[in-house]
Parts: sequence; structure tokens; C-alpha cells
Amino acid sequence: MRHYPTILSHEIRALLYSPSTYIAAVFFLGVMGFIFAGILDLYSKAPQEVPPAAVFFQLYWFPVFFMVPLLTMKSFAEERRMGTLETLLTAPVSTTEVVLGKFTAAYLFYMLLWGSTLGFHYLLQLYARDARFLDPGPIIGGYLFIAISGLLFISVGILASALTRNQAVAGILCFTMLLGLIGGLSYLGDLNALHAEGLHPVKAALDNLRIGNHVEDFTHGVIDTRQVVFYVTGSVLALIFSILGVEVKILGS
Amino acid sequence: MAEIPDITIEVSHLKKNYGPLTAVNDLSFSVKRGEILGLLGPNGAGKSTTMRILTGFLPATSGSVRICGLPVASQSEATKRHIGYMPENNPLPDDMRVSEYLWFRGRLKEMARARLRARIDEVLELCDLKRNRHRILGRLSKGNRQRVGIAEAILAEPAVIIMDEPTIGLDPHQIIIVRDLIASLRGRMSVIISSHILPEIEATCDRVLIINSGRIVAQGSPAELRQEIFGHTSYRVDFAGDATALAPLLATLEPTLKVESVGDCGGDGFCSATLTTESSEDLGEKILAVLPLHGFRVRSLARRQPSLEDVFLAATRRSWDARLPDPKGDSRAPLPKA
Repeated sequence: MRHYPTILSHEIRALLYSPSTYIAAVFFLGVMGFIFAGILDLYSKAPQEVPPAAVFFQLYWFPVFFMVPLLTMKSFAEERRMGTLETLLTAPVSTTEVVLGKFTAAYLFYMLLWGSTLGFHYLLQLYARDARFLDPGPIIGGYLFIAISGLLFISVGILASALTRNQAVAGILCFTMLLGLIGGLSYLGDLNALHAEGLHPVKAALDNLRIGNHVEDFTHGVIDTRQVVFYVTGSVLALIFSILGVEVKILGS
Repeated sequence: MAEIPDITIEVSHLKKNYGPLTAVNDLSFSVKRGEILGLLGPNGAGKSTTMRILTGFLPATSGSVRICGLPVASQSEATKRHIGYMPENNPLPDDMRVSEYLWFRGRLKEMARARLRARIDEVLELCDLKRNRHRILGRLSKGNRQRVGIAEAILAEPAVIIMDEPTIGLDPHQIIIVRDLIASLRGRMSVIISSHILPEIEATCDRVLIINSGRIVAQGSPAELRQEIFGHTSYRVDFAGDATALAPLLATLEPTLKVESVGDCGGDGFCSATLTTESSEDLGEKILAVLPLHGFRVRSLARRQPSLEDVFLAATRRSWDARLPDPKGDSRAPLPKA
């Protein structure tokens, strides 16, 4: 792990120099701003039962779908296309260090972007001048959810990038995998076929994997270790597959 | 860094298959410390594959490679510390500056900060890149990019430097600069360069390894190769006189000296003849001395040395003819008798 800090700082630098990062950031903050303004508009018209922060985090999937691919698609696909992966891996570094370095850089940037949306809540409080609008509970829970689920989403993006030499393919592959993870799992849970008596355990398992429910739990202050374990083990698995993916691809090159 | 043994690279019975295709077939050679080895072969001969296996980037199908006494397969991280590698086409990240890139690579190669700072200045000076140190890699000319690649390879002062076609795509002036740079490493580091530009190899390398379809077809210094493949030296002489009397006269001079052919004689009475001999001695002076004594008038005499190009063509054609495994299990294709 000696080279991890070197690779991490190199990757952060690369992210800061790349235009796609800024496109992702501008797009993200613009869309999230509109969503937040829309939520406030809704709340100003009629009283609601849940705090605005809870609704805000319910829409987590929207930025995830476009931002995660934009942040991660470059990481391995571009290096492979340019041929710099060969020079990188012939230095005395291990593939694990490279994968972890790229993962951490993308994750830190993902968190930085989400962190900047704290400003929305601050502005709301500044103008509302009423502490009730800024209930800290759902906000803390929501950001905790973003931090933990982000591990899985970013590692899926790294995996997609490790599997191809084309950035566009990596981006679309990442989008598809995230769609399967977020939309596909809850769609499966809703299938009528699962209502049969014998399939009850399957349905219970799929219900537990519904990411939409996880957000709700987190914003209501319920932090379920099973969910945390799901995200952490899922991201570790995706990273292991990325390491294998990079090495297998070299064998075929 | 551990003590560097005298033999820095040892390859024995190396084999690499890509599915049904055999890229490297039972290759064995070794390189001494400070030696410059040229790897020569037509496209697809297995040069790049061999180099990638040496660096530990690709695993071999069978056989063993030792760098500074350490096996690449089981201790690749340790052997990578001894290697400076420049891949084919020298890929560089386009968005970094020259000094930033060298800094990053130096840190990856575990150089201490203070030492790295001094060493970067040193290699920039050595590779004549001082003026370009703050330029962006993506905007450098091909020659400068190539020099950055070389600077990167020698940065950590490794015992072994491997460069895949270091002069590809350069203009003649830049080729000379790069060649001098490589020659300046002689004695300190073992260098392996691959190329299919022959004068290149001839000028820089101590030893040449000609490989074709994954096997060694010839090896030795450029002079040895000439001798081995052709086994004879030839002279070309322009003379006036009786052509039939030439052969007996020459036989008295040196028994193996024969007249290979006598070309058309021009209107001025001068004919040009090609003489061959198996002797490695330079017979030029003797020929010049003897001919006028026997009534020949000599206009010119030239000793024709086969260039490495002839050697290369002869060696690779030979292995085309002999693709089947040779009986003794030797890694070299059988020699046809010329």
C-alpha cells in the first residue's frame, strides 16, 4: 500500500483537470437545485407530512444515474485506450493499489459534490428563519445514506470501466448496472409471481434489497446494519471483480 | 538496492501462446551487466511480447525469466524495481506537464523526494529536455515525447532498461540523438532495444538477437553475424586485362579466393569482377599489389561487407523455410548450406 497515496493524488489531479468532471458537477448542482426549488414550491402550497429533506433524498437515484458514470467511466477505459495502463502496471505497483486509488478519488469527488448540496439546506434556513424547516435528523440520515450507498455505486462504475477500453461503453455499462441495482431489484420485488406461498422468503429478501426503502429508513433515523453490510460487501465484491477484470484483460491483450 | 549480479537478464525456454497462436517459442538468452542487446525481427516476430514478459506485465505460458537473479513470475514487484520500461509508441498521459509526469513516475518507483528532485534535473539535462520541462505532454513533438519516455525509463537508475522501438517515427536527426543517449548508458545499465531499423541496431548494440516467429534465428555481434550467415567476404574489382588469367593468379594468392563472376566489360576495356573468399583476413592490399605485376591494370577495388540488412533478410528468410521443429530441439532453426 506504499503507492496508494501517490496514485490517489495523481487521480484526484486527473479528475480536477478533466472537463467531464466539471460537466458532471455543473449538471449535478443545476439539477439538484431545480429539484430542491421544486420541493420548496410544493411545500409552500400545501402542508406536507414529511420534512423536505426526506423528499430531497428520495430522489437520490436521479443524479446517481448520470453522475456516477461520468465520474468513473474514464478511470480504466481511458488508460487502457491510451496504453498508459501498461506503463502504470510495469512500475512496482499492484493492481489492487491502482484500483483502490481510482476508487477513492472518484468516491471523494462524489462526496464533495453531494456535500455542496448542504448549501441548499443552509440557504433555506437563512431565509426561512425558522428552525423547524431545518430538522437536522433527516439531513444527517440522508447524507449518511449517500455516503454508504455511494461506496457501492462508485465501485460499480469502476468495475464497468475496468471491463472495456471504450469510455462510452463503460458509461453505458455503468448506467445499466446501476439501473439494474436501483430499478431492477425493486421491480423484481413487485412481481406478482412472488406472491405465491412458497416464494415468500425470496420476496422478503428482495424487499430488503430495495434501495428506495433504505433511503426512507436512513432519513427516518433507522440505521440498519443489514443495509450497511449490503453496501459494504457489495462494493468490496465489485472492487475485487474490477481487480480481476483489469488483470484478465491484460491476459487477453 | 540489493547487489546487482553480473548477469542481469536470464531467459530460459520462454514460451507464450495466445490461444492457438504461439508468439514466443522456446526462447533462451541472457544479458550481462552493461551490455546493449538489440532484438531484431520482422513485425509479429514476438519482440514486444518478449519484452512485456520481461517486465512482468504479461505472464509467460512456460519457461522462466530472471531479472537480477529474481524470478519475474513469483516476485514481479521486486523485479519491477530493477526495470525501466518504455513500451511501443511510448504512451504518455496527455494532460500532464513533463516535470509533473517524471515526479509521479519517480514516486511510483519509490524514490525519495529529495533524491527525486535532483534526479529529475539530471535526466532532463541528459535528455536535453530542460527547455520543455513545463510543457504539456500532449503538445510535445514526437521526438520530445520519445525523449520523455527515455528520461522516464532511466529515472530510477534501474539495472535493466527495456525499450520497445525507441526510434520509431523519428526523423534522422532525432534518431542520432536518441541513439547517442542509448549508447551513453553502455557499461552502467543493461539495455534491451527492439527495432526493425537495422543501421540503428548495428550502430548501438553490442549483441544482436534476430528472432522470427518466436524463435532465435541468429545471435552474436553484428560482425559475428555477418561471418556466420555468409561465411565469406567478397571483393569487387574493376580491372583491364585477360579475364581468364585472373582465377589462377588469385588462387596462388589465397586458395579460397575465387572469381564469382565477371561482369560486362565496357568499351574502355575495363571489366568488373566479384571475388569471394572464406578467409576473414583483409586481402585488399595483396590483391592490389599482385595484379599490376601480372599485367592487369586496376581501376578500383572494394571490399563488400554484407550489411546487417543482408544478414537480417538471410536469417529471417531461412527460418521461413524451416518452420518445423528442428531435430535436436535447439531453439534455432537449422542452417541451410549456402
